[in-house]
Amino acid sequence: MLTIAETPFSSRLFVGTGKFASSELMARAIEASGAQMVTVALRRVDLNNPQDDIMTHLDRDTIHFLPNTSGARNAEEAVRLARLARAASGTNWLKLEVTPDPRTLLPDPVDTLKATEQLVKEGFIVLPYMNADPILALRLQDAGAAAVMPLGAPIGTNLGVQTALQVEIIIEQARVPVVVDAGIGAPSHAAQAMEMGADAVLVNTAIAVAGDPVRMARAFKAAVEAGREAYEAGLGRPSRQASASSPQEGMLTENLDFLQG
Amino acid sequence: MTAPSSPQTRFTVPDFATLKGLVSQATVDDVQAALRREHLRIEDLAALLSPAAETMLPLLAAESRRITTLRFGRTTQIYAPLYLSNLCTNRCAYCGFSADNRIARRKLSLEEAEAEAEILRKRGFQHILLVSGEAPAALGVDYLEAIALRLRDRFAALSIEVQPLNTEEYARLFAAGITAVAVYQETYDRRVYDKVHLSGRKCDYDYRLETPARAAAAGMREVGIGALLGLADWRCEGLALGLHLAWLRKHFWKTNFTVSFPRLRPAAGSFEPLVHVTEAHLSQLIFALRIFDPDVGLILSTREEERYRDGMLGLGPTRYSAGSCTAPGGYSQDEEKGDHHDGEQFSVGDHRSIGEVCAAIRRKGFDPVCKDWDREFQHLEDQEPVPVPAE
Repeated sequence: MLTIAETPFSSRLFVGTGKFASSELMARAIEASGAQMVTVALRRVDLNNPQDDIMTHLDRDTIHFLPNTSGARNAEEAVRLARLARAASGTNWLKLEVTPDPRTLLPDPVDTLKATEQLVKEGFIVLPYMNADPILALRLQDAGAAAVMPLGAPIGTNLGVQTALQVEIIIEQARVPVVVDAGIGAPSHAAQAMEMGADAVLVNTAIAVAGDPVRMARAFKAAVEAGREAYEAGLGRPSRQASASSPQEGMLTENLDFLQG
Repeated sequence: MTAPSSPQTRFTVPDFATLKGLVSQATVDDVQAALRREHLRIEDLAALLSPAAETMLPLLAAESRRITTLRFGRTTQIYAPLYLSNLCTNRCAYCGFSADNRIARRKLSLEEAEAEAEILRKRGFQHILLVSGEAPAALGVDYLEAIALRLRDRFAALSIEVQPLNTEEYARLFAAGITAVAVYQETYDRRVYDKVHLSGRKCDYDYRLETPARAAAAGMREVGIGALLGLADWRCEGLALGLHLAWLRKHFWKTNFTVSFPRLRPAAGSFEPLVHVTEAHLSQLIFALRIFDPDVGLILSTREEERYRDGMLGLGPTRYSAGSCTAPGGYSQDEEKGDHHDGEQFSVGDHRSIGEVCAAIRRKGFDPVCKDWDREFQHLEDQEPVPVPAE
């Protein structure tokens, strides 16, 4: 069971709501994914309008609503938007995105940390989107982030976990959940992140623009579950040398009791 | 961000003979190489714009569609222009607003502009583009600022397409709630530019060319560039657009950029296009720009006909205007007395309402997006503070 800020989640797949052909299709894909955590861009929704298309398609009783600050160029804008989200939606959960470069949408590490510090002080449960920088992850964690969300590759690229080495270090060091976000383009990428020990993955583009988004959502659900199962079962270490499936060393090790000293 | 301050930091356009040399020498092999490349060079854009690429339009379309879907998803943004005035002190041979033309001239009062905006808001628009002719004395920054202050609370985003302003003026408008500026060079071919701009401040090619940089330096979120197709060689215009875009990206990395592709439309006056740009040419230009810059917003306005706009959905453009009227006060006239508009800039090619355009977008399997911004992103000094709930 995944727990973030004392809230349990039975699904380790988080999904985004952008890029879908319709809100109706988005809702069906989310249902098929089994996701309980759904991130929504505030720039896209009219929080003051309960009839907003995206909002009416999300069942807030079963789905945890995670507003994001997509579009914010600096800490100040992200904080403003977070306050708006909390006032209008009633949730203090926030996916913090500070992305000053509209082309790559890569996160600004300095302002992400600054905004996290401020928002935590204001009582937000902050899940910051970040580059896969292990020291930054530690700094965000110390600042009070409820989870960290390192990118696997730039948003929307479908390139998979290009940052695997850094993500492994982040996972190894973190005391808060690690959610691999961005770049996950195929169920196998999601499975890889989960096998590495990520606590969850967030997927949007790969589901939203698939030929059949509902079916793709199901595929991601299965992949995340398989990856987590494999991680918990304990994966073998890769080796360049062949080894027998019933190695002699095991027998030897078990029979070394006779050795003295 | 820094404004270009010296000739060394200014964008300059190679002369069109040089650009023409680049596009005309490209071969089918060059086009194929460009389609395989991950990061395109300017020579690759030239190949995609070349006559050699004309026979490969389906391949270009497929690649453009693939990239557009990946970067923008199955969505199309929707906006409407709001014409504030057709007063204009320039004499531009091609434009319906040219000072030479005898058309009914007017400038909307603040109340009239507000009434027009309210009609658009009720129709479902959340992004509006404020447009005017160029008459700085009558349509100065004070007027634009006053309109922005009146409208900003009712729309997610306000853009302007007016006369070029200086950096301080753009900064003032940004502070008042304007987030985007569109300014088209009309033609990057200096020789043709001089020929079609007969008098007025617009004759200054360089001042106009530097306008996108001034707007970006002032902090505008988005800057739109474009060329008016029908004045000069469209392949060279495309290459100049690509060079301009790449230069702006390098100098203003925090700014979002868009490119528009207005083709000359029938308008007041007797101007005939200097070059013929077909729908196939326009498509090649759009596909080439998309492949060259996967993240640039591409705009297809109601200048084009509904058949063509529907066909292009998902293939490259990411933003459509809808239900447009190009005459100041035209939306109120619609409400009062039908379709008769005095003083249009040009006649539109797609006459559908926003509802009809959105329905067509949905039929093609896309989501029409009316809101993709929020005024909360802006630091508006006298904005009501957002309430912070008690801990």
